[in-house]
Amino acid sequence: MKVLVPVKRVVDYNVKVRVKSDGTGVDIANVKMSMNPFDEIAIEEAVRLKEKGLVTEVIAVSCGVTQCQETLRTAMAIGADRAILVETSDELQPLAVAKLLKALLDKEQPGLVILGKQAIDDDCNQTGQMLAALADLPQATFASKVELTADAVSVTREVDGGAETLKLTLPAIITTDLRLNEPRYVTLPNIMKAKKKPMEVLKPSDLGVDVKAHLKVLKVSEPPKRSAGIKVPDVATLVSKLKNDAKVI
Amino acid sequence: MASLVIAEHDNATVKGATLNTVTAALKCGGDVHVLIAGSNAGGAAAAAAQIAGVAKVLHADAAYFEHGLAENIAAQVLAIAKDYSHLLFPATAAGKNVAPRVAAKLDVGQISDITKVDAADTFERPIYAGNAIATVQSLDAIKVITVRTTGFDPAATTGGSASIDTLASVADSGKSVFVGSEIAKNDRPELTAAKIIVSGGRAMGSSEKFNEVLTPLADKLGAALGASRAAVDAGYAPNDWQVGQTGKIVAPQLYIAAGISGAIQHLAGMKDSKVIVAINKDEEAPIFSVADYGLVADLFVAVPELVKALG
Repeated sequence: MKVLVPVKRVVDYNVKVRVKSDGTGVDIANVKMSMNPFDEIAIEEAVRLKEKGLVTEVIAVSCGVTQCQETLRTAMAIGADRAILVETSDELQPLAVAKLLKALLDKEQPGLVILGKQAIDDDCNQTGQMLAALADLPQATFASKVELTADAVSVTREVDGGAETLKLTLPAIITTDLRLNEPRYVTLPNIMKAKKKPMEVLKPSDLGVDVKAHLKVLKVSEPPKRSAGIKVPDVATLVSKLKNDAKVI
Repeated sequence: MASLVIAEHDNATVKGATLNTVTAALKCGGDVHVLIAGSNAGGAAAAAAQIAGVAKVLHADAAYFEHGLAENIAAQVLAIAKDYSHLLFPATAAGKNVAPRVAAKLDVGQISDITKVDAADTFERPIYAGNAIATVQSLDAIKVITVRTTGFDPAATTGGSASIDTLASVADSGKSVFVGSEIAKNDRPELTAAKIIVSGGRAMGSSEKFNEVLTPLADKLGAALGASRAAVDAGYAPNDWQVGQTGKIVAPQLYIAAGISGAIQHLAGMKDSKVIVAINKDEEAPIFSVADYGLVADLFVAVPELVKALG
């Protein structure tokens, strides 16, 4: 069984982004870019399934600019066998990415697609569910545990108040939550090996997909600033402030 | 055209997040209808009909709606979607699960996690963990939206007198099956609906200490318990207590952060709280930059003292 793992190149999670002064977006020039953390968890999970002998091939996919090749090399250093880049400099919104992935799904026929639950740049949390809908496949989002057999997959999901377990027929779409696994460190020998792994580059038009935008960003602004309050010297003062000034207890 | 709110409910009654979503729907203009897709969900439908501002409740009942499987709920929404200009889901685990399925089938974009309605087609939503706010305009005829509940006041649970129409239920997809769940049972308010939240960070040191120190304070204040990602990752608190960009987004009247340093990801989840109290022994901790009241102290001394002072 093949597993397809889409990965996104995003601003590194340690970077605090700045809003551009003209309000057109955030400044990502000369900012460190990395693989979206949830996607790293997705790759790790797929590679572990392969190491357990449940999966034969892990294919990493990215949609976006040329530099996404770096992200795909990282995915292959973690253990993906090959990579596909759908290259475009157009802005890609989740529906467009889901359509590109659906086209690749038709081509590659994977038994499982594992995606990150959300990207930490646009915080959309849409692509996996959209892909599942377009492909008419079952989905298990926010996974904290995945158990794969030949014809089904059991997934424990994080939901409000606890966890629930679903059983899906294959092929199926899974999105990862934080606690699914802890991705391994990428080692130098594996980085070297990843350079030799095959990478296919396609255009959206090769897949016959229209990537037009459905949302127009009118402006991007700074959030209202919350200013620091006061330091209180002791617990008694704190209680008095909360009771008498803030009136919240 | 009317707006449809896809209710979050437990079949007996509607959950709080539904009320905030109704408020967002009212701001989109037009009538507001509420869909209750559930199993023996007459109670939830009756409760939805009482919500102020709701014109009509649509009730679809089937055994396979009981656990809110995305495939089935999305299909039920799609069966009536064409009658609406806006489809609004609460941005909860359940709403986020279903909404994109509906959007993709309608071939429209989704506007996630809106915090403000500027116009019927224009919305504000936080991006980059709340470090920027994007104003976005939908170019589609049907707007599929998830609503960040902290951005909108809850609609009143009484005052409405909506009619309840019964819908024919769509067929079971049969592609996914609910196996079981482990939902923690406790008497505390739900994290996203709580007026007061007591939250602990990595400094708690262990799950025993977390409970021993913070539970009495939460009990005293009738508060919900929360945690930073560091505390959850360390196993001090359960996953669903996590407050932050990728966990719960909360905005209580009072948020008490004990031993939480204040990483960007955590602040993204709680900085809209009305009053923030930070207790931390590191006076340089970033949490103090958003706290209304900061107490530089050892939490293992200060928190028990606080419990005592509250009498």
